[in-house]
Amino acid sequence: MTGFVVLAVTLVGGTLLGVVLRRRDGVLRSAKAKESAVDFGESLGERATLVQFSTAFCQPCRATRRVLGEVAELVPGVRHIEIDAESRLDLVRTFDILRTPTVLILNSSGNIVKRASGQPRKADVIAALGLAVPPNVDGMSQHPDGK
Amino acid sequence: MQVDPRGLRFGAAVTTLVLALVLITGSPWLLAAQAVVFVLGAFVAAPYVLFFKHVLRPRLGPPSELEDAAPPRFAQGLGMAFAFVGLIGFATGVTPLALGATAAALLAAFLNAAFGFCLGCEVFLIIRRLQPGRIS
Repeated sequence: MTGFVVLAVTLVGGTLLGVVLRRRDGVLRSAKAKESAVDFGESLGERATLVQFSTAFCQPCRATRRVLGEVAELVPGVRHIEIDAESRLDLVRTFDILRTPTVLILNSSGNIVKRASGQPRKADVIAALGLAVPPNVDGMSQHPDGK
Repeated sequence: MQVDPRGLRFGAAVTTLVLALVLITGSPWLLAAQAVVFVLGAFVAAPYVLFFKHVLRPRLGPPSELEDAAPPRFAQGLGMAFAFVGLIGFATGVTPLALGATAAALLAAFLNAAFGFCLGCEVFLIIRRLQPGRIS
């Protein structure tokens, strides 16, 4: 009898958890203003950088790599860098990363403007990049767009 | 190594069913059998996934894409740990431990089967975060 109750609770809880996770997965949210002068170990993109945290035991990391790589190719001045979370636990703690993939979108001055945990959709990344690099808002940009 | 993601989902579905039966019947033997399946999945090859590969996949056709085998293998290892804890619970008569550990493994299998979400894989980074940092 107890087993039945435990089973029911687990399945109901699992369904709720799954729905919440699916809804939140890959959604790009505004990032809180944080450490900007962080060394990611690689040079940043001219206009924006897509920083992806991955681990070896991460199913959606490969697909995320593909999506972000495509976006970086599509949008000029945007660079995609992938960081092995395990070897950069300092960054993982700094940015309070709990899951992989976690994607940070950095503007030209290296400030985090958006972040997503889980695999983001390509269209969302492109839309977020549009917000990340508006020449009129980002006064610190050393690379004016021209147009 | 690459695997068919449909096989993983199938394996997770069978695991969900077996663990649900463990909760309903309270049978430590069924949990022990599932523990063996987890051990094989973590160190050799997942039996349910093999069944999918050799019996079901020929009828379904090739997969549209493949997935890396390392994450599910790690998750099978976590499942194994929970199954062992559950067996200890049964052996010592601590029923909440037996049911709790079985339910935890069931939750992970269910999320994988129903949502394609690998809970064990998510836990990996959290475990690594808790360990003292190796900083390169």
